[in-house]
Amino acid sequence: MTEVLEKIGAVPRISEIYGTNLTTIADGLPGWMNHTRYPALKAFQRMGIPGFRTENYKYTDLTRLFENENFRRSFTPDNFEVNLSEVFSCDVPEFDTHLILTVNGWYDEISNKDTQYPEGVIVKSLRNAIKENTELVEKYYGKLALSDEDPLIALNTLFAQDGIFIYIPDNLHISKPLQIINVLRSDDDLYVTQRNMLIAGKNSQAKIMLCDHTLVPQQFINNNITEVQIGEEAVIDIYSIQNQHNKTASFSGIYVHQERSSELVTNAITLHGGIIRNNLKVLLDGEQASAKICGLALSDKNQHVDNYTNIEHIKPNCQSNQLYKNILDDNSTGGFTGRIHVLPYAAKTAAFQRNNNVLLTNAAKMNTKPQLVIDNDDVKCSHGATVGRINDEALFYLQARGINEKEARLMLMFAFAHEVLAEIKIEKLRDVIDQLVNKRLRGEVSKCHSCALDCIR
Amino acid sequence: MLVIKDLYAKVEGKDILKGINLTVNAGEVHAIMGPNGSGKSTLANVLAGHTNFEVTHGSITFNGKDIFDMSPDIRAKEGLFLSFQYPVEIPGVSMVNFLKTAVNEHRKYRNEKELTAGDFLKLMREKKAMVQIDSQLTNRSVNEGFSGGEKKKNEIFQMAMLEPTLAILDETDSGLDIDALRIVSNGVNMLKTKDNATILVTHYQRLLDYIVPDFVHVLYEGRIVKSAGKELAIEIEEKGYDWIKKELGE
Repeated sequence: MTEVLEKIGAVPRISEIYGTNLTTIADGLPGWMNHTRYPALKAFQRMGIPGFRTENYKYTDLTRLFENENFRRSFTPDNFEVNLSEVFSCDVPEFDTHLILTVNGWYDEISNKDTQYPEGVIVKSLRNAIKENTELVEKYYGKLALSDEDPLIALNTLFAQDGIFIYIPDNLHISKPLQIINVLRSDDDLYVTQRNMLIAGKNSQAKIMLCDHTLVPQQFINNNITEVQIGEEAVIDIYSIQNQHNKTASFSGIYVHQERSSELVTNAITLHGGIIRNNLKVLLDGEQASAKICGLALSDKNQHVDNYTNIEHIKPNCQSNQLYKNILDDNSTGGFTGRIHVLPYAAKTAAFQRNNNVLLTNAAKMNTKPQLVIDNDDVKCSHGATVGRINDEALFYLQARGINEKEARLMLMFAFAHEVLAEIKIEKLRDVIDQLVNKRLRGEVSKCHSCALDCIR
Repeated sequence: MLVIKDLYAKVEGKDILKGINLTVNAGEVHAIMGPNGSGKSTLANVLAGHTNFEVTHGSITFNGKDIFDMSPDIRAKEGLFLSFQYPVEIPGVSMVNFLKTAVNEHRKYRNEKELTAGDFLKLMREKKAMVQIDSQLTNRSVNEGFSGGEKKKNEIFQMAMLEPTLAILDETDSGLDIDALRIVSNGVNMLKTKDNATILVTHYQRLLDYIVPDFVHVLYEGRIVKSAGKELAIEIEEKGYDWIKKELGE
């Protein structure tokens, strides 16, 4: 059976999976959404599985992963009838969040039923939002994540059935972070599609935490896409913590549109995971909009972590600032591509980018590539990338004060990583992640305190 | 306390130390002077255990123990302290965390209880006053953005925190203005007891006005060619090193 599958190749096979399950996938969803699937299929067939030949996936070849998978698809919600929010408790003092859970890409009605939100805030499954907030969803769905631009977007759009929908009304500041926990659990290997939408009204403020977890040792492929609309003067922080076991392939795409004077902060902390690819596209489409884009990845064994950013400066006087760091151990590999595109009209753009990497072994490998396309001559842009080792002189200095080599190395690695963590604005969250990173660097299992979602196996 | 016998050492394949003999006892202050390139800093680094310096011959014992058996951190915990000529900046490692770790590593090594956060801060306040280091500096990353003088003060501050039995001050006076020099010297003098010893590595006699040595050694081409009391430093200040070279028949 497997041999036959391999012969027909991943693209026809996936096309067939779609064809066979078409009715189930489309069931309960409106025509306008289902009409996005066929163009997505065509786009996917045209582009194929991302691999070395796809320019934007040079550093992450997914052909082997897709050729070899024959995973179950989660076309209907897996009903575990367990209220995960009851088993989950974050024991960090005063670290209180609005908890939202998804299981295998589906909004988990059972776990989320008791969560309270400030008045006017809408948090629900994308499916329900399509029914109950049709105008909003239809207006924005598929407008930022474009199937023609990326085969993983095409695949996501092809199979999209559910995810989380969040709406924050104008002028509302949510003080408690919204914590989204994406849980993967299954008795067999599973392919998961999740599609989310976040709409932040004018002058609204919210902090979103995304935690990716695996609950069981099965293999997973997770294709998760979020479209984010940020209204004028809104301030949105998106922190993601990727902590899945090393047999997981996780593709996360965040596609953001920013209006005038809005502020975005993103920070992607990757602790564990097999193949990780994070795509982030930001359209700075209103004057004085700013985006601070950060990422930290700690990898070892055969992990692969690739961050791809694409910042489009469309309007004048916008600012973007990117800071990505990787610490690579063992045979792990990493990639960073930072694209900055300043459009002709976007005068007075300030766009900065930095990518610093530390290789702990000779076998670890990092590819880094800045891509600046600047079509206006009144801009301030800079980029810098380094790949290096632990600074020997600093190491000796610490040792000369009585700190043993292992501890001194950890101190230096932690110091290197901390620059990214310092950008996290929620103090309690920063402390938690500090501790997680510290434990991760020490090779200790970094479970989020008493979080019952035992994500490391 | 410290006994160096017939020490030879190389840096990047080049012979730098060519037979050093030196004995330092508790309560003594030794000054090591000498022209550029004579091997002063190499000697300091070999003592601290820097891996760029390869010892090819000879022995060093510190309190009766062979120092070559010890990694740099063990040497430090045994009571040896190097004040660096060029203290390195370590962004992201806070002074407090760094010193707390260092102090507690020392305490653990001596089978003493680790200091509580409160006790540690108390100790730090006390020692900060001693070397008159700006309070703001200890809130920053190690040496990051410190001026040359602040870096040297910070070295002495660390010395005060760790209370070594043997301190090697590698050109601690270079880059210091007269006020900073006075403060640094006062710090060193205050830390002096009958049980510890100091090796001052310096170019100039100026530092020796403030920290008075018991012995002055002249290092030249990898060997100690002359040893005497503090008057030797004054003679060098007046006449330079040429007369010593002449004495050696060069």
